[in-house]
Amino acid sequence: MATTEKGSASSGFAAGEELPRAQSPVKQFIKKFLRRKTAVAGFIFIVFILILAVIGPNITPYDPNAYDYNAILAAPNAAHIWGTDEFGRDVFSRIIAGTQLSLGTALTASILGTAGGVVLGLIAGFFGGLIDSFIMRVCDVMFAFPSILLAIAIVAIIGPGITNIMIGLAVFTVPSFARIIRGAVLEVRGELYVEVAKSIGCSPARIMFVHIFPGTLQALIVNFTMNVGGAILSASSLSFLGFGASVTQAEWGAILSQGRNYLAIAPHLVLFPGLVIFLTVLAFNLFGDGLRDTLDPKLN
Amino acid sequence: MGKYILKRVLSMIPLLFVVSILVFLFIHLIPGDAARQVAGATATAGEVEAVRKQLGLDQPLIPQYIQWITGIFHGDLGISYTNNTTVAELFAPRLPITIYLTICSITWSVLIGIVIGVVAAINRGRTLDMLGMLIAIAGISLPNFWLGLQLMQIFSVNLGLLPTGGLEDWRGYILPSLAMGAGIMAILARVTRSSMIENLGKDYVRTARAKGLPESRVIMAHAFKNSSIDIITVTALQIGALIAGSVVVETVFSIPGLGRLLVDSIGFRDYEVIQALILFFSFEYMVINLIADVLYALINPRVRYE
Repeated sequence: MATTEKGSASSGFAAGEELPRAQSPVKQFIKKFLRRKTAVAGFIFIVFILILAVIGPNITPYDPNAYDYNAILAAPNAAHIWGTDEFGRDVFSRIIAGTQLSLGTALTASILGTAGGVVLGLIAGFFGGLIDSFIMRVCDVMFAFPSILLAIAIVAIIGPGITNIMIGLAVFTVPSFARIIRGAVLEVRGELYVEVAKSIGCSPARIMFVHIFPGTLQALIVNFTMNVGGAILSASSLSFLGFGASVTQAEWGAILSQGRNYLAIAPHLVLFPGLVIFLTVLAFNLFGDGLRDTLDPKLN
Repeated sequence: MGKYILKRVLSMIPLLFVVSILVFLFIHLIPGDAARQVAGATATAGEVEAVRKQLGLDQPLIPQYIQWITGIFHGDLGISYTNNTTVAELFAPRLPITIYLTICSITWSVLIGIVIGVVAAINRGRTLDMLGMLIAIAGISLPNFWLGLQLMQIFSVNLGLLPTGGLEDWRGYILPSLAMGAGIMAILARVTRSSMIENLGKDYVRTARAKGLPESRVIMAHAFKNSSIDIITVTALQIGALIAGSVVVETVFSIPGLGRLLVDSIGFRDYEVIQALILFFSFEYMVINLIADVLYALINPRVRYE
C-alpha cells in the first residue's frame, strides 16, 4: 500500500489544477484501482487461478485419474491434503487439473456470449428503427425464460455435455450484453466525433467498430468480469445436475456432484470443490466491483 | 390505474404468444427423429409411428400448434411417457410444494436483504456497512447447491437437528429455503444499500431533516419509500433466479417439486413434460414481473402517465 500513498501524494503535487490532466488515464485508473484492497485481492486470485488453468494438469501431486484402492474415501491427511474420492483418486489433484475445464467452460461461454451480444447491441443501437426493435424484441423473448432455465432447455434439446453447456450459457449471455451495449451505443451515438466520422464518409461497419465500440468498452469490461463469475456458478450448477461434464471428467461441479453421494461419510468430497468454486466466483465479483467503482464514477 | 394495468396485460400477450411458439417448436428442434427419441432405441418401426401419431408429429406444423395451444387452454398439458399419466396429474401434487418453497425463500431473503441494505446505508463506511457488504458479496458468490449441502452436513448430519431431505413437516422447508434465498438476500442487500445511499443524498431528504423530522421518519418515510421502487424491480427480476434455484435445490434435498421433475424428465427424455414445465416457468416469471410493474406504478405515480 506504500506505493498507493506515494501515488496519491504525487497527484496532490499538481494540486493547482482541478484535474491531474498530466497523467495518462491508464495510470490514473491503476492508481485508483490499487486503493481497493478487496478488488486487488480478487485480481491476484484470478491471476493465480488462470495460471493454474494453464499449467494445472502438469503440476498435480498425483495423477488426477489414477485409482488407488488402498486409499478409498480417505479423509484429508498428510499424503492427500484434501482426501481421496470413492476410487482413491486424489481430490486436490483433481481440483487443480479441473481448473482448466471449469474455468475454460465459463470463459469460453462468456466470450462467445459477449461477442454475440456486442455485435447485436452495436447493430441495434447504431441502426435504430426496425432493426433495433426486432433485435430488442428477440432479447425480450429470451429474457422471458428465467435465468439458466434457457440454458437447461438448450441442453435438454441438444443433450448433455460440456460443449453443450457452453453453447447454452453463451446463448443465455447474449441478450443481456445486447441490451447493455445498445444502451452504451445510444449514449455515444450523438457525440460529435461520431457525427464527424459519418460526415467524412466512414462506412457503418467502421463507425461501429472503430468509433462507437471503444466508447462502450468500460461497460463491457465491467459486465464481462461479473458475467464470468456468474458463468462459473451456472456451469457448475449444470454439471451438478448432471447436464455437464461426465463423472469421469475432472471438473469442479462434476467432482462435487459425485461426492454428494458420500456426504455422510466423506464430507471433504463436497467441501473442497465447493470452496474453490466459491472463492473463484468471489474473486471475479470483487474484481468486477472494483472495476465498476473505478471505471464508472457515476456509481460512487 | 385500471387503464395502465390493462395496457401492461395486453402488452404481455404477444410475448406470451412468441414464447409459446418457441416452446412448441422445442420438440421439433431435437436433432434427429423426435418420435424415435420418445419411443426409445428398442421400439419397432410401428411403435415409433404410433408415437409420432400420438404426438401429432405426422401433421403440418400450424395445425399441430393450434391443437397444442387449445389443449393448454383446456388444461391439457400433454402426456408423460415415462409415468403413463397426463402432465396435469404430474403437476398437481408438485406445484404447491414448489410454490410454498418459493414463498418461504423470498420472504426471508427480502426481509433480511432489506434490513442489511438499510443498516449498511445508514452506517456507510463503518464496520456495520463493511460487514453487511461482506455478507452480500459472499452470498452472491455462493453456489446454492453447495450451500445446501453444507447446511445439510452441519444441521442434519452433524447436529441431527433437521431432516436431510423430504418434507414430513415444516422443518423440511427450512434448509432448502435458506439455500434458495441466500443469493437474492445478497443482491437485495446491495441494491437496497446503493439505492438508499443515493436517496439519502437527495434534496428532499435534506428538506425533511431541515424541517426537524425525526431521523427514523426521514429514513423510512422518505428515503426508503423511494428505494422500494428499485427493490421491487430487482426482486421481480430475481424471481427468475429463484425458479432456476428451485431446480437445483429441490434436487439437493430430494424434494418432489416441479424443479426436480424437470431434472428427472430431462434424464428420461420425457419431452412433453419438459415442454410443459418450461412454458409454465416462463409464464410464472412473466406474470410475477407484471405484478411487479403494477406495484411499481402504484408506488410511483409517474410511471402511470408515461
